[in-house]
Amino acid sequence: MTRNKEEVTLLKGNEAIAHAAIRCGCDGYFGYPITPQSEILETLMALEPWKTTGMVVLQAESEVASINMVYGAAGCGKKAMTSSSSPGVSLMQEGISYMAGAELPGVIVNVMRGGPGLGTIQPSQADYFQAVKGGGHGDYKMITLAPASVQEMADFTVLAFELAFKYLSPAMILADGIIGQMMEKVVLPPYQPRMAETEIREKYPWATLGKTKDRAPNYISSLELVTEEMEKINLRLQARYREIEKSEVRCEKLLCDDAEYVFVAFGTMARVCQKAMELARAEGIKAGLVRPITLFPYPVDIIKELSTQIKGFLTVEMSAGQMVEDVRLAVNGKVPVEFYGKMGGIVPSPDEVLNALKTKLL
Amino acid sequence: MKIADIINPANLVYEKTTVMNDTPMHYCPGCSHGVIHKILGEIIQEMDIQEKTIGIAPVGCAVFAYKYLDIDWQQAAHGRAPALATAVKRLLPDRYVFTYQGDGDLAAIGTAETIHACNRGENIAIIYVNNGIYGMTGGQMAPTTLPGMKSTTSPNGRDVSMEGLPLDMSKLLAQLDGVCYVTRQSVHTVASVKKAKKAIRKALENSMLNKGTSIVEIVSTCSSGWRMTPAESNNWMVENMFPTYPMGDLKDI
Repeated sequence: MTRNKEEVTLLKGNEAIAHAAIRCGCDGYFGYPITPQSEILETLMALEPWKTTGMVVLQAESEVASINMVYGAAGCGKKAMTSSSSPGVSLMQEGISYMAGAELPGVIVNVMRGGPGLGTIQPSQADYFQAVKGGGHGDYKMITLAPASVQEMADFTVLAFELAFKYLSPAMILADGIIGQMMEKVVLPPYQPRMAETEIREKYPWATLGKTKDRAPNYISSLELVTEEMEKINLRLQARYREIEKSEVRCEKLLCDDAEYVFVAFGTMARVCQKAMELARAEGIKAGLVRPITLFPYPVDIIKELSTQIKGFLTVEMSAGQMVEDVRLAVNGKVPVEFYGKMGGIVPSPDEVLNALKTKLL
Repeated sequence: MKIADIINPANLVYEKTTVMNDTPMHYCPGCSHGVIHKILGEIIQEMDIQEKTIGIAPVGCAVFAYKYLDIDWQQAAHGRAPALATAVKRLLPDRYVFTYQGDGDLAAIGTAETIHACNRGENIAIIYVNNGIYGMTGGQMAPTTLPGMKSTTSPNGRDVSMEGLPLDMSKLLAQLDGVCYVTRQSVHTVASVKKAKKAIRKALENSMLNKGTSIVEIVSTCSSGWRMTPAESNNWMVENMFPTYPMGDLKDI
């Protein structure tokens, strides 16, 4: 991606997503207001992209309608997205499962807040299980990207669409309330034109744009009552998930080469852990950081490899401990995997994290 | 008269629409869906819009509608067809977009999507097949089930003190300013089939005139769910369904 210095701007994470969506040639956004992510819909409505790129922006009657609008648009081979926060994303699970079943590309942004239930509007990471273990029904996986900066909110909007269309699967940007609300410098992605209909017909021949004389009718569906056929669909999906696991792992490693103890954290908690790592290093504790960028596919091999070199992991999350289960699966008992976290919208401080490292592992 | 004379093209008075394929239908004998599919296919052929039409199939008996009519289709989650249709039409405004939904889909689980698509005046046609029962799942009570009517979940008849009165969606939707056309039809006689066909054609034509949403309710039979013969079903529909769901236009702007 080419960067233009003139295009450095100061934006909230949520606003960056709206700008990036327009710039990457998104055809449609469908959403319903919910804190802490309403700026995405608000920014799009203020920017009025239907007057420039032709992108459709619609405030739907519910998150249920929003995700099904994304399904309808995706069925036409269009780049469509929605965004919400935890309770709203719970409502979308049916639609996400249908998209996975119908093999439809689309982007869902979850700017997480504390739960369960209506919970709080403060940041949280407690929807990890929902995102990567299949919040909806059936055997499916969803590509899940975890931004840790406003820049990544913009970049991952572009990337999520690329991956969704590459693998014909829904892709989620799993951010937390802090990443959505905080302001940072960001270089917005360059403008890409929206796909022309001829291009969609060529690249995505399954799209329901209207039957042409030279092809059979297309239909988008997740229904198959012949069990042997349904098994084949499942096997095809599973093969695709294995391919995603092989090819799309993204992960940042900091100071892991000589590390004896490694923090594992994503999103906002990775930034807090980075500071905790610096504080530890200043005290002579050789600490490192693994920041999974893709939560599905999970950086299993990177963690597995580190587990042969270090004395222990500390997974830090704004939850009761969800991702830690995947760290433990990857480590498979070779070294201790400890957890530190806060719930209910509380963000652990670097000092608290460092203290947890000392008390649990040193 | 010899057979060759009978099949002489000059004597041809009727042929099956080419939009409808030869896939054997799963519908029960006496079900109205087959006739509605046929007239829909005929209209698409007559309007020459096969390449410009996208149908949204529901969950319910018509879940397999996409198997029978040779147009592009999307099959929606239960009740969500109007949300899909909204997105499809907004992104492809020069296409004819319609939903095909039963009363369980449209009047129960999809009430919110239906009302809001209509209130926004989406330029789509909604074909609403109302037989007062859940057919696909084996004859359970629907919001449209008549008072006293028996179903597997109201085995002693719908008790309005417990389950409320039938929901008249067409009457409700006709009040919305986003809606330009609401009509209630049936397909149990030759005359009614002709009228229903005109209504569906009008709804599709409206969708290109930027007038808002059109709804064609077709009061239908469900011989299996009603536990009746097809002939009995037609009579029962006229005697019992029509007083609650009277035929005719509710709105035409």
